[in-house]
Amino acid sequence: MTNNQRDQEQVLRSSGVNVLKCMRCGKCSATCPSYDEMEYHPHQFVYMVEKGQIDRLMASPSLFKCLSCYACIERCPRGVEPAKLVEAVRLLVIRQQGQNHLKPGDIPALLDEDLPQQAIVTALRKYSK
Amino acid sequence: MQRIGVFVCWCGSNIAGTVDVKAVSEALGREPGVVYSINYQYMCSEAGQNLVKDAIRDQKLTGVVICSCSPRMHEATFRKAAASAGLNPYMVEIANIREQCSWIHKDMATATEKAIILGRAAIAKVQLNAPLTAGESPVTKRALVIGGGIAGIQTALDVAEAGFEVDIVEKEPTIGGKMTQLDKTFPTLDCAACILTPKMVDCAQNENITIFSYSEVQEVKGFVGNFRVKIKKKARYVDETKCTGCGLCTEKCPQKKVPNAFNLGLDTRRAIYIPFAQAVPKVATIDPDYCNMLKNGKCGVCAKVCTAGAINYQQQDEIIEREYGAIVVATGYNPIKLDNFEEYAYSQSPDVVTSLEFERLTNAAGPTSGTLLRPSDGKHPHTIVFVQCVGSRDTSGCGKPYCSKICCMYTAKHAMLTREKYPDTDVYVFYIDVRTPGKNFDEFYRRAVEEYGVHYIKGMVGKVTPRADGKLSVQASDLISNEQLHIDADLVVLAAAIEPDKTARSLGTMLTASMDTNDFFTEAHPKLRPVESPTAGIFLSGVCQGPKDIPETVSQAGAAAAKVIGLLAKNKLTCNPCVAHSDEWMCNGCSSCEKVCPYGAITYLDKEFRMPDRTVAIRRVASVNEAVCQGCGACTVACPSGAMDLKGFSNRQIMAEVDAICKE
Amino acid sequence: MVFSYYPGCTLKNKAQRLDQCARRSAQVLGIELQELPEWQCCGGAYSMAQDEIASKLAAVRALNGAKELGQDLVTLCSACHNVLKQANHDMAENEDFSRNANNYMKLAEPYRGETKVIHYLELLRDQVGFEELAKRVKNPLTGKKIGAYYGCLLLRPGKVMQMDNPENPKILEDFIRALGAQPVVYASRNECCGGYVTLEDRALASKKSGAVLEDAAQMGADLLVTACPLCLYNLTKNAPTGHQLPVVYFTELLAQALGVDTAREDGR
Repeated sequence: MTNNQRDQEQVLRSSGVNVLKCMRCGKCSATCPSYDEMEYHPHQFVYMVEKGQIDRLMASPSLFKCLSCYACIERCPRGVEPAKLVEAVRLLVIRQQGQNHLKPGDIPALLDEDLPQQAIVTALRKYSK
Repeated sequence: MQRIGVFVCWCGSNIAGTVDVKAVSEALGREPGVVYSINYQYMCSEAGQNLVKDAIRDQKLTGVVICSCSPRMHEATFRKAAASAGLNPYMVEIANIREQCSWIHKDMATATEKAIILGRAAIAKVQLNAPLTAGESPVTKRALVIGGGIAGIQTALDVAEAGFEVDIVEKEPTIGGKMTQLDKTFPTLDCAACILTPKMVDCAQNENITIFSYSEVQEVKGFVGNFRVKIKKKARYVDETKCTGCGLCTEKCPQKKVPNAFNLGLDTRRAIYIPFAQAVPKVATIDPDYCNMLKNGKCGVCAKVCTAGAINYQQQDEIIEREYGAIVVATGYNPIKLDNFEEYAYSQSPDVVTSLEFERLTNAAGPTSGTLLRPSDGKHPHTIVFVQCVGSRDTSGCGKPYCSKICCMYTAKHAMLTREKYPDTDVYVFYIDVRTPGKNFDEFYRRAVEEYGVHYIKGMVGKVTPRADGKLSVQASDLISNEQLHIDADLVVLAAAIEPDKTARSLGTMLTASMDTNDFFTEAHPKLRPVESPTAGIFLSGVCQGPKDIPETVSQAGAAAAKVIGLLAKNKLTCNPCVAHSDEWMCNGCSSCEKVCPYGAITYLDKEFRMPDRTVAIRRVASVNEAVCQGCGACTVACPSGAMDLKGFSNRQIMAEVDAICKE
Repeated sequence: MVFSYYPGCTLKNKAQRLDQCARRSAQVLGIELQELPEWQCCGGAYSMAQDEIASKLAAVRALNGAKELGQDLVTLCSACHNVLKQANHDMAENEDFSRNANNYMKLAEPYRGETKVIHYLELLRDQVGFEELAKRVKNPLTGKKIGAYYGCLLLRPGKVMQMDNPENPKILEDFIRALGAQPVVYASRNECCGGYVTLEDRALASKKSGAVLEDAAQMGADLLVTACPLCLYNLTKNAPTGHQLPVVYFTELLAQALGVDTAREDGR
């Protein structure tokens, strides 16, 4: 089993998404607020997970551009839930040793006086293990 | 003791490939009562049938067991063969060793063993079979068509043409259905009204056709050949026989603010109205929700202006009872409500419209007299975005899981006609797949692209944002160029999924006609009996059976008419003799069977019984109307005293089969 | 009416106004909000991964705490609301997760999603009633044109939040109307403000917030209300030049309309 196959299994298990339900309509990418910031767009996440191209997704900065706004999940006509795949691939990355995307030490530099705590804990949840 | 013959079919290699047919015929030949057992390559072929016929005569068989395919396939074939050789056809039993054995097993040893067991069960049953004779019932030579759209109209015309009476029951004030609201029809672009209204007039003028408009079916009793139907004729507060359709009342009525349903609420009409100029019957109807006279007794203008004296505020709903030999369901469809698709802002902007509304906006008889204008400001739209599959192919729970089938073509039509009439307009069509199978359909769609310059974009719209400047910001994906697009549109047209009319579900229950999970009526066989319901005497026409366009609907309507004519042409119908039968001595009169019978075939009678002590007692007992009973067997299960039994499938016969299967 | 109340960490810190105005208004409306003892931070975001267990337990603890008190759980911050409802949904519907979480927690009685989670807005709509609320208003906000900003977490995923039509909500508009002001409907009210990504990519947050502000202003809003501290931050701090609109918490308007003392508790 290649790394990609192993990772594909993990992504499918962790996300609980059935990528085969996708009918390639692209409504997820039509709705995504971070589209322009992403190298791989939501519909590509679905297709690339299906094709087992997990390594390319793992190396992409797109992982950290998803706003977790649930719009793609809400509007997908097939119930595919692309954001869950982004989350699963991101976890695959940050669960590796030393791969936390945001380290607690980085935080003080990012703070400003009005930044709500909510933003910091959310970012830590999303970007660190 | 029966003399039973066993005939094991190879079905080419379908059975013989997995089942050792020789071993089966040998093993079954040793069963008690079996005097003859053979196997043959194709038992259903003429040669195979002759084997059966010859054996019946030569071996003096009293019972026959055919080990072959499903009885749905060839039971009738072999019963007919037996009858021609002088054997009662109900002395034939089929053991299904194909669908239930060879096709689902791989190992020959176990499949052969199972085939022998199935054969043995059939033999055990035949031992207890008794000859049955089918009864006959008369046929009422009149058909009922429920729904007066193009499907119902075509069926009615075809049946009437053959010389039979037809009634059309239509819930709206006029027949014509959805097609009256369309502008042009694909792929030939002829005007919908021009080809439909002559047919509507034909219906009205045909002496075999009676139209019950503004009416609904309320109750259906009876069975194939003998339906009794109650039709509710809703009060329209206008005497149909007096109204001349002059329309004066619809001009003078002071209540002007009624949303015009015919134009889908894009304009208004009066409280008394004729839906459109070519309505059939051309008779006014008062809308009781808006009429001041009916609501608070103050007005009466229409009665004053009506020179024919047709207005009758006291009119009541009327119930009409009629008898029919056949019923055709042609209840049609509606676009779905778009509450679950508010990302397209349908309820937030008047310039987001459905495709059916777009038809009205381009129709010469529509609210804009056929000039395409935005509902919000009455200006010409210069950029139009069409969105396909709004609620179709949707398994998220918001829409419908099926393809609505007609949207790709009507959107191509809309896009093409817009570009033809207004070449300065940019037209975008967002699609998931373009589905255009059909004669001249794909050519039509390609013409929209290649000759008319419609921009077809593979992708979906994600969000429509109505803006203060009147534009609609459309955010969409272009999957081929891998871009997110932002288009400033003036008009957005949504191809809403279609669904069966809301009345279909209750009608299905009334007719005991089965439906699928989407409320489309089910066919008796999806390929070979596509216009018949599994319930005898009920036929299907148009979208009530599944999404379809006009040419397809008309073909199916004609097919349904042919089936109706075939039925009505008969003077007598042969009944299924495998019906329920009540042992009156055992019946305790509890009514359990009556309650579960889906066909209303069971009634209770007070009957005189001569008791063993020579007294006469009156007892309440179940009685089965054999012409109505469909032999489903529900009553036999419900009966607590074991009085109900099914002829040809008696409890004894079924237990004998079970015993034969379980026997070591 | 007594409810358990889960304020969340931001409401104890940067978003005290959201909290204080809500509590004081509740008092006036005859609702007792009892702060859940020893609540922990919900984590701000609910992991969408099925195999994340530990990070979701704080929410489950809060839910179970309310269950033990036999009270419905009221929450206010959009993020807390989202996390609590999603955790509750998973505890009720996702057998694997529910079993794992219960194994971790070793509760006297396993938790299976019994607690009803109510957003403060739902409390106003379903318990108080907007008609009743309108009657209690002392200082109607007559003439104000207010845009509701829902953001993402209040409404989505719609099947789990079960709060309102996620694509065309009206709960905040009805609330605004109850206070005597005029709601301004604009389509971007449920589009994302940029969320936590502001931490890394302020430009993205600015772009997203700018689009929302632009839409709201074009449609005629002179003020926005929100239930989310992060939304408020993005819409104010990350507003592109020339797109400033005042943004306040909806509870601030509520308190003002009810004539509740709205002085800051910290005196600032």
